[in-house]
Amino acid sequence: MRVNNIPNVRTCIAPLTEDVTVETQDTFASWPKETHNTSATKADACTVDVLIVGGGPAGLEAAVQAAKQNAKVLLVDENQQLGGQLIKQTHKFFGSKQENAGTRGVTIAKELEETVQDHTGIELLLESTVIGFYEDTSSDYFTFAVSKRKGYESSIVKVQAKTVIFAVGAMENMLLFPGNDLPGVYGAGAVQTLMNVYGVKPGNHVLMVGAGNVGLIVSYQLLQAGILVDRVVEAAPIIGGYHVHAAKLRRCGVPIYTRHSIKEIIGSDHVEAAVVVRLDENWQEIPGSEKTIECDTVCLAVGLTPSTRLLSQMGVKMYTIAEAGGFVAIHDDYMQTSVPGVFVAGDNSGIEEASTAMIEGKIAGVAAAIQTGKTSTKQAKELLDIFASELASLRAGPFGEKPRIAKQKIQTFWRKNQ
Amino acid sequence: MKPYERTGVLSVNDLKIPSEKQLEKGVAITECVQEIPCNPCVDSCPVDAISMNDINAPPVVDYNKCIACGQCVGVCPGLAIFVVKKQNEKGLLTLPYEFLPVPKKDEVVETIDRDGEQIGEGVIKRVKKQGKTIVVTVELDAKDLMNARHIKVREKDE
Ligand SMILES: Cc1cc2nc3c(=O)[nH]c(=O)nc-3n(C[C@H](O)[C@H](O)[C@H](O)COP(=O)(O)OP(=O)(O)OC[C@H]3O[C@@H](n4cnc5c(N)ncnc54)[C@H](O)[C@@H]3O)c2cc1C
Ligand code: SF4
Ligand code: SF4
Repeated sequence: MRVNNIPNVRTCIAPLTEDVTVETQDTFASWPKETHNTSATKADACTVDVLIVGGGPAGLEAAVQAAKQNAKVLLVDENQQLGGQLIKQTHKFFGSKQENAGTRGVTIAKELEETVQDHTGIELLLESTVIGFYEDTSSDYFTFAVSKRKGYESSIVKVQAKTVIFAVGAMENMLLFPGNDLPGVYGAGAVQTLMNVYGVKPGNHVLMVGAGNVGLIVSYQLLQAGILVDRVVEAAPIIGGYHVHAAKLRRCGVPIYTRHSIKEIIGSDHVEAAVVVRLDENWQEIPGSEKTIECDTVCLAVGLTPSTRLLSQMGVKMYTIAEAGGFVAIHDDYMQTSVPGVFVAGDNSGIEEASTAMIEGKIAGVAAAIQTGKTSTKQAKELLDIFASELASLRAGPFGEKPRIAKQKIQTFWRKNQ
Repeated sequence: MKPYERTGVLSVNDLKIPSEKQLEKGVAITECVQEIPCNPCVDSCPVDAISMNDINAPPVVDYNKCIACGQCVGVCPGLAIFVVKKQNEKGLLTLPYEFLPVPKKDEVVETIDRDGEQIGEGVIKRVKKQGKTIVVTVELDAKDLMNARHIKVREKDE
C-alpha cells in the first residue's frame, strides 16, 4: 500500500493518524515524484553482544537468558508491542507449569515483556525491522541494517553484534483456488489479529479452512466475538488439532467436515459464497460433491512456513524439511547454525508451539552468551542441560512426532556437514 | 481410527464412568483422551486426585479421592473438565463458560450435548469467576448429567 505517497508501507502494522492518505498499490511501486525525507543520511549505530531479531516468545526468553548471563542484548521487533503471536492469543496455553500452562497467551506476553523491560542489560528497539545483513571484513562483528519507523517515515540504524539470534517466527500459507485474492479471504492469523488485538470484526459469516489447532482455536474465538462460523473443512481424513479444541467447537454447534476442501469463491468484488468439495482417499475432488456455502469471509488456517530470508542472506546452511514447515537452517543442540555466532529459536527453526519456542529461546540465549565469553561455561552448561530435557519431554507425545522428526533430520544433516 | 478423531465428538464409552455412589458424591470427568503435552489439571487439584504418567499421558481422576471442588474446571486450557453430581432426580453439572453474556444465578438456560444439540433446560445455581474463565454450575435432569456439556443463554427480548 501507498501511504502519504510513500510506497511499500505495511498498513497492517503502521499506526493510523489523522489526515492520512492510503492508496492501493499494484505490484511494483513507482518511486514518489517528490522524494520524502528520511533521516537515513547519517545512520545511528550501536554495538552489542547479542542481537535478537524478533520479540515473540522465543526472542523474549532468549533476551532474558542472555542478559542474565551478563551479555549486552539488543532486542528488535517490527511491531509496536512485544510478544509476537502471543498478543493475539486470548486462549489458555497447554504445556507444563514452566511454560505457564493454563495461562492465556496475552498474559504470558505481558509477563515476559515486563521482565524484559525491567532488565537493564536489555535494550529494546520496537517498530524496527532488521532489513539486511552487510558483510564488513574490517570487523569481527556481524553488521545489520535496521529500519526504524516513526510514523510513516523511517531511519536506518547500523547494528554491530558479536552474536545474533533469529527468532522471527513464520508466515502463513496460502491456498490456490479461483477467487483467493478477493477481499474477505484471510489468513487465520490476520483474523486473530483483527479480532483480538484491534477489536475489529473480520466478517459476519465465516468458512474456516483447516482443522489444525490454529483453525480450531480461531474458529472458537470467532464464536466468542459473536461471529457465525458456518463450518470447518479439512482435507485430511482426521482432525489435525487437539480433540479438546474440536470438542469445544462441536458443542457450540459448528460442524467439522474432514476430507473436504475449498474449490472456489463466488463473488465479483468480495466474497459472497464459497464452493466446498469432498475429497476421496487420494485427496482428489469427487465430481458432483460440490456444495455452495453462503459466507462473507473465508479464513485459511493451512499451516505456516518458517521465515528464513535473513538466514539465507548470511549464508547459513539450509535444507527443506517438510516436518519443519519448509526451508530451515540446520543447527546443533544449542541452536547454533553453520555460521558460528548465528543462532535460531522458535518457529523460524521449525514450526512448533510457543511452549517449545520459549525453551529454544532460553537455550539460544544462554548459548549465545557463552559464545560471547560473557559467562562461566560450567554453570551455564548446566542450565542448557535442564532446558534440553524440558524440550524433550514436551516433544515426547504423538503430537510431538512432527517436530521430533524435524529435529532428528536437522541433526542428521548437521552431522553430515561437520 | 476412533470416531472422535474424525467428528470431534466423544461418546460416553470413551470415558471412565463413575459408579452410582461416586456420582452421588460428585466427581470431575476429564474429557481429555489424547496424548497431548499438558498437565495444569494435575497441579491444580488440592487433593492430588488427578494423575498422569508423564506430561503427554491423558489425565486419570481417582473418583474416590476427588472432592468435586471444581478447581480443575477453571484451569484446564482445553475446557475439557466437568464436575457431575447426582442428587435424586436432579443433577448438578459444573462447566467452564467463555461467552457473553455471563449467565446469572437462577436463570433458565438451554442444556446442550457434545454435538451442539439442545437436550433440555437447566437452572443456574452458581457462577464463579476463576481468572478470566467463568465456572458455572447448572441444575438439570439427572439423566442428562453425562450428556449435557454446554449451555446456551437465551437471548432476551428487550
Ligand atoms: C491461533 C494460534 C494458536 C496457538 N496456540 C498455541 C498454544 O495454545 N500453545 C502454544 O504453545 N503455542 C500456540 N501457538 C503457536 C505459537 O504462537 C507460536 O509457535 C509461537 O508464537 C512462535 O514463537 P516465535 O517467537 O518463534 O515467533 P513469533 O511469535 O511469530 O514472533 C516473531 C516476531 O518477530 C518479528 N519479526 C519478524 N521478522 C522481523 C525482522 N526482520 N525484524 C524485526 N522483527 C521481526 C515478528 O513481527 C514477530 O513479532 C498458536 C499459534 C496460533 C497461530
Ligand atoms: S474437582 Fe477438585 S478434587 Fe476433583 S479432580 Fe478437580 S480439582 Fe481435584
Ligand atoms: S488440563 Fe485439561 S487439557 Fe490439559 S491435560 Fe488436563 S484435562 Fe487435558
